[in-house]
Amino acid sequence: MQSALSVAVDALAYGMVLFVISIGLSVTMGLMRVVNLAHGAFAMIGGYIASYATQMLGIGYAAAILLAVFGTIAIAIPIERLLYRRIYGAPELTQVLMTIGITFMIIGIANYVFGPTLKTIPLPGELRGALDLGFRSIATHRIFAILCGLAVAALLWFLIEKTAFGIKLRASVDNASMAAALGVRTEIIYAASFAVAVGLAALGGVVGAELLPVEPYYALRYMVTFLVVVSVGGAGSIPGALVACLLLGSIDTAGRYWLPEFGEFFFYLSVIVIICLFPRGLLGRRA
Amino acid sequence: MRAGQSTRRVSTDLVGIAVILAAAGIGFLLFPDNLALLTRIIALALLVLSLDLVTGYCGIATLGHAALYGAGSYAAGVAAAHFAISDPLLMTLAGITAGAAAGLVCGLVILRATGLPQLVLSIATVYLFHELANKLSSWTGGSDGLSGISPSPLLGLFAFDLWGRTAFGFGVALLLVVFVLLRILARSPFGMLCRGIKEDPLRIRSMGASPYRALAKMYVISGAVAGAGGALNAISTQVVGLDSLSFTLSAEALVMLVLGGTGSLYGALTGTVLFMLFADFVSAASPFHWLTMVGALLVAIVLFAPKGLYGSISDYLARRRGTA
Repeated sequence: MQSALSVAVDALAYGMVLFVISIGLSVTMGLMRVVNLAHGAFAMIGGYIASYATQMLGIGYAAAILLAVFGTIAIAIPIERLLYRRIYGAPELTQVLMTIGITFMIIGIANYVFGPTLKTIPLPGELRGALDLGFRSIATHRIFAILCGLAVAALLWFLIEKTAFGIKLRASVDNASMAAALGVRTEIIYAASFAVAVGLAALGGVVGAELLPVEPYYALRYMVTFLVVVSVGGAGSIPGALVACLLLGSIDTAGRYWLPEFGEFFFYLSVIVIICLFPRGLLGRRA
Repeated sequence: MRAGQSTRRVSTDLVGIAVILAAAGIGFLLFPDNLALLTRIIALALLVLSLDLVTGYCGIATLGHAALYGAGSYAAGVAAAHFAISDPLLMTLAGITAGAAAGLVCGLVILRATGLPQLVLSIATVYLFHELANKLSSWTGGSDGLSGISPSPLLGLFAFDLWGRTAFGFGVALLLVVFVLLRILARSPFGMLCRGIKEDPLRIRSMGASPYRALAKMYVISGAVAGAGGALNAISTQVVGLDSLSFTLSAEALVMLVLGGTGSLYGALTGTVLFMLFADFVSAASPFHWLTMVGALLVAIVLFAPKGLYGSISDYLARRRGTA
């Protein structure tokens, strides 16, 4: 069993990357009730920007992350204004079609601009090595990804539970029209949380580039995974998303290591079982 | 009044049959060298019709409908390659049976939830079928695809030739039969019940009907139709690949349906034909520009023609007739 520990570390790192990317999707889905299939595309845009910044412009890793986050938000805001606005409250089928359409367009444009090859984001020296635990060593990047996930979870918890913005956000999630009647500018709350969600997606896209490689079909390949995580955890629930990411991350990673010939069979089987048992997700609230 | 209505309905059915035959004839004359494309369009039209039954008539948003189509395709292929059942009619029957069985399984799973979880369940089922087909490679050929399918002559008279004329004729006949049956189904009390469930499930339940059972039944019917399409694909191309069970195919089928318009058999047919012809012309040039264009098309439909092309045009005509 060389792998029990390394599988656990990989599973934890993978789960955390999933968490960073999909927590934004979970919040916006719980808040705006939009099935946003284009969320993975925003993570991909973040990865592309970081790759371009480090490879072509020679910017450092930390600065590239910031550039990716804010660049992706800058790209996403006009899309929200022009397109997403119109599908709030629309039937699911309409939302699915619109956001799949947006995803297809982003894939096509990304391929036209950057080409079909895999893009890498070179890690700085500090993250490249391995941490020696004496009896075993762990890749530093995995630890970095895990720490990022924990930091995001803690910051989001603080933002939502302890700040005035968080109170308004929770009020809008529970009852948007009542919150608006009490003077909460729900549109601004919507726009701000959309921006935060997209920014987190971009962050996850960059930090997770080692585990989920950046290429044009990224948006389509992992779109399903992110959606699955949100639905298993329960839309709008941060602890739910965390539990779902760790659980599904472990199942997927363990399956890949020990039963590779089954592909993602057990991953999807467990998804079906969980959703049949908990139709609102593991920690989802009752509607 | 009722008698007058029913003769009018029969006459619109006859018009539909005539339109399908005319379209098939025009296709035959325009693309005599590319009958394989036309047969593929017919196979996918069956898939899109089947999707229309659950999405258009029952209001279930699914991104996993290729599971039923692929099940039919593999059943027909496995029957021919492993059990030496090479009669095309029996292969089609195998496809229909397997499609209906897959429809039952998928329906029972997908109907457990509503909204986003339902969508995710539909995606999970198609991936599950895909991984299963990949794993059972001794039966399905895995990622190499299932080959060794050679259907015997249709009715013992018409051999499947190199140009695909027999397959095309068989496809047109199959589509006509399915079309007529579905028209009858759509206006049957059961069809009306399903439309009622789409509008207001609570009211249907308080009327004493069980939405779950009705929708599951519709899923089985839908599976049979998709299975027929899958079998036609296996018979005409003589090979079955994993792409027939893919998420991509499911998403494309949904795009075709919405392009034409949901909730109408004509809309499903129109959407499939337009999408496939467009795809054939454009994707030959560049697969990635093709993706951008499909994306733009989808966004445009959602914004400007939410009822699809057929739905919008027939609305427009109905309004003109109303004012005139």
